[in-house]
Amino acid sequence: MLAQLNAAASLPEIVILVAAMLVLVVDLFIPDDRRHFSYWLTQLALLVAIAVTLTSVRLEAVTAFNGLVIDDMLADFLRLACFIAVSMVLFYSRSYLVARGMFRGEVFVLMLFTLLGMQVMITGNNFLTLYLGLELMSLSLYALVASWRDHTASAEAAMKYFVLGALASGMMLYGMSMIYGTTGSLDLATVARAIGARHDSPALLLLGLVFVVAALAFKLAVVPFHMWVPDVYDGAPTPVTVLVGTAPKIAAFAMALRLLSTALQGSSFDWQGMLIVLSVLSMVLGNVIAIAQTNIKRMLAYSTIANMGYMLLGLLTADRYGYSAAMFYVVVYALTSLGSFGMIMLLSRAGFEADQLDDFKGLNRRAPWWAFMMLLVMFSLAGLPPTVGFYAKFMVIEAVINDGFVWLAVVAVITSLIGAFYYLRVVKLMYFDDAADMQPITVRFDTQLVLSINGLLLLVLGILPQQLIARCAIALMHSNFP
Amino acid sequence: MTPYLSLSIWVPIAAGIAVLGFRREQDATFARWIALAGAIAGFLVTIPLWVGFDTKTSAMQFVEYASWIPRFDIHYYLGVDGFSMLFILLNSLMTIIVVWAGWEVIQTRVAQYMASFLVMSGIMNGVFCALDGVLFYVFFEAMLIPMYLIIGVWGGPNRIYAALKFFLYTLLGSILMLVALIYLYSVSQTFEILEWYRVPLSFGVQILLWIAFFLGFAIKVPMWPVHTWLPDAHVEAPTGGSVVLAAIMLKIGGYGFVRFIMPIAPDASRSLTGFMIALSLIAIIYIGFVAIIQADMKKLIAYSSVSHMGFVTLGFFVWSQLGVEGAMVQMISHAFIAAALFLCIGVMYDRLHSRLIADYGGVVNSMPRFAALMMLFAMANVGLPGTSGFVGEFLVILASVKANFWIGFGAAVSLILGAAYTLWLYKRVIFGAVANARVAAMKDLSRREFWMLTVLAVMVLWIGIWPRPIVDVVHVTAADFLVTVSHSKL
Repeated sequence: MLAQLNAAASLPEIVILVAAMLVLVVDLFIPDDRRHFSYWLTQLALLVAIAVTLTSVRLEAVTAFNGLVIDDMLADFLRLACFIAVSMVLFYSRSYLVARGMFRGEVFVLMLFTLLGMQVMITGNNFLTLYLGLELMSLSLYALVASWRDHTASAEAAMKYFVLGALASGMMLYGMSMIYGTTGSLDLATVARAIGARHDSPALLLLGLVFVVAALAFKLAVVPFHMWVPDVYDGAPTPVTVLVGTAPKIAAFAMALRLLSTALQGSSFDWQGMLIVLSVLSMVLGNVIAIAQTNIKRMLAYSTIANMGYMLLGLLTADRYGYSAAMFYVVVYALTSLGSFGMIMLLSRAGFEADQLDDFKGLNRRAPWWAFMMLLVMFSLAGLPPTVGFYAKFMVIEAVINDGFVWLAVVAVITSLIGAFYYLRVVKLMYFDDAADMQPITVRFDTQLVLSINGLLLLVLGILPQQLIARCAIALMHSNFP
Repeated sequence: MTPYLSLSIWVPIAAGIAVLGFRREQDATFARWIALAGAIAGFLVTIPLWVGFDTKTSAMQFVEYASWIPRFDIHYYLGVDGFSMLFILLNSLMTIIVVWAGWEVIQTRVAQYMASFLVMSGIMNGVFCALDGVLFYVFFEAMLIPMYLIIGVWGGPNRIYAALKFFLYTLLGSILMLVALIYLYSVSQTFEILEWYRVPLSFGVQILLWIAFFLGFAIKVPMWPVHTWLPDAHVEAPTGGSVVLAAIMLKIGGYGFVRFIMPIAPDASRSLTGFMIALSLIAIIYIGFVAIIQADMKKLIAYSSVSHMGFVTLGFFVWSQLGVEGAMVQMISHAFIAAALFLCIGVMYDRLHSRLIADYGGVVNSMPRFAALMMLFAMANVGLPGTSGFVGEFLVILASVKANFWIGFGAAVSLILGAAYTLWLYKRVIFGAVANARVAAMKDLSRREFWMLTVLAVMVLWIGIWPRPIVDVVHVTAADFLVTVSHSKL
């Protein structure tokens, strides 16, 4: 019985769960001026989780808890990405949180629970497990968005996020129930076999598929399920915005991959068409609307929408190469996005949110190094070499061309040209305009170090992308796909 | 074997990064000297390419081949043939000249200025010697970033518009090229450009590929009607930026035709010969007329560049040995002449802070030495025998007359137009009565400016009198190139 549980496969989850409890309890006994103890405890937990994951990497996929959970290379890779992303979020947000009186234990605990939810999504092997992970992540995120209690925009954003998020969860559950109705199982592999055994696709299955895809689209923030994104990005405190914009996208990608490729591969012809529509709409609308923004957080929100559209290009090819391209894309996107919001937090200080595009004016005069870092981030988002964002776009475009969708590739490159316009505008503000604000940048040394590494990584991976590309490919080769 | 090509790419880039270490205002002198040392070192490592070049083969030389991204079979694959080798030398020499040209002129953010030019120089060398499609594309796009900053940070009053227009226009051309490169990969399973010469492609596919590549390179050349970014970019860019744009960046467009478009899509290229010749002649004649009426000196030379680059595309598309060789010589020659003319305008601009012809007149009275040198470059721009401008244009006209008399006639008209706009410009600016007191107070060339222009003058005369070494380098490559493109891929 115990062997069937195989709890070792979920060791990183157990570590994070224990850490969340520990921080919750320990934080109660810590006076306000020693809060950094909880902070470092959280970072330590993440470090332990990284170490545990690294030591437990194995080629063979194992299931645990009677098939509810799966631990494969894909899970290990994406878990690691999430751990690192959350750790970086913490590094970047420390000064910001302190300056706004939000440096509290609850924030760390909620972040850890969000992370736990993502891990469950990444390792879920059953509709119920996946749904459970999704809810754990979403509910913690709603609370985090609302965590800036004396800020009305934050409360408003949380409300919108919650209402629309709950709707999406409902759709997900509804869709899953229909698929269950057709196939008689919640287990991903069994569902796949049941679909494979049929020669028709009944209306109920298709309807379920539509609901599931719509819910995934909501979580990935693609058009037309993107309405919540700009408001949440703008209203939430920046540390939460960066959390919403990075690791959960990786988790949502994992969930989409598990659902679509493991369980519903048999209906790939049906969902491929849906993803094409979602992808094209996102690339076009995301990039076009982003041009009109003056608030950089809103601009980055639309940039997220567009980028998720590009990511879907990889997913919609419905083959391993496409999946690995999409995975590379989502990981690179998370890294780049961390850099962009890290820069916003770097320029923010007590009583000042650097959330307007104009706040970046003349940054090259003020702090050339940080202007250069932001330049790398912007060029990476625009997908220009020699930054790693280029290879992300390159790989998804290669995937669709390889699949015969040359027109999709043309749409992708033309929309990326539109995108280049607003990314270049940020570079223009930093390099060509005069500074309105010459306040020196004073942030903790560890924040500066991590942010610099983040920025340089975009360049280094842009010159030597092979390791990351190969790891994405290997992770998928050794995973449990039909 | 020493990896000279890698050195020619990475030495300037490393020097550029080193220069960035001296970004404080009081360190500007160090920044200048390190930049100059880096540029000279970058030029020195390209000299073995010239010395060791075997002119009897069209095969790639100085080849470097290493695995880069095995997942897509992408290689760090460098090599030069008769088409590309000269550009690397040219580019590395120009880098010294632009560093020199910006010596006293640039006073703000000196380190960043010098670093941008050095990094761009390395990247452009990469463009010329990359033999892997992705490696080429990476260099091709990366080159836009430093140029965008150069125009936008150190440019004139309308610099932001010009920088953005430059970037988006050229990006528009290159993104479809990316689709074309990946498509070629999907049919051939390799990114090696030389392999693509042998991949059979249907006519319809060739046409589509041709359009994708054509957009990328025609915008770079630039050909009429996609040339409109160039006058804006030239006018707003600082002198050094204009020099690099005219001397090197435009040549990448011409180079793209012989490296990509014609050998990869030979059947499409042949069927579109008429179209290409028409566009080239429009560039040569119509843009020549446009140049005449310009009131701004930099704009005039910019349009003159478009007109002269028309000879290059014309030379390629008459499909003959003479035409290809003429086009190559024309590219090298135009690089020196356009660079020199932009430097001349820069010299005057530094003194009077105006580029308008109307603000000048009688400059010869205050700057006789300058007037003499500029006379040489103006004559070269007209295509006077004995200067480099003559050789390329003569060869191309000769080749076009052989193909069809009227094409040659059209091209020859440009000699008249070229004389008209160049000499009229020279007359209005240099000769005549001294226009105003400020012109009278202009100081003649400083020693730095004199030597900078003299180097270019020597090159212009050398190619004009003894073009043989350049033609020799190109000859075998051009002959084999014509054989390659004569095979149908259908």
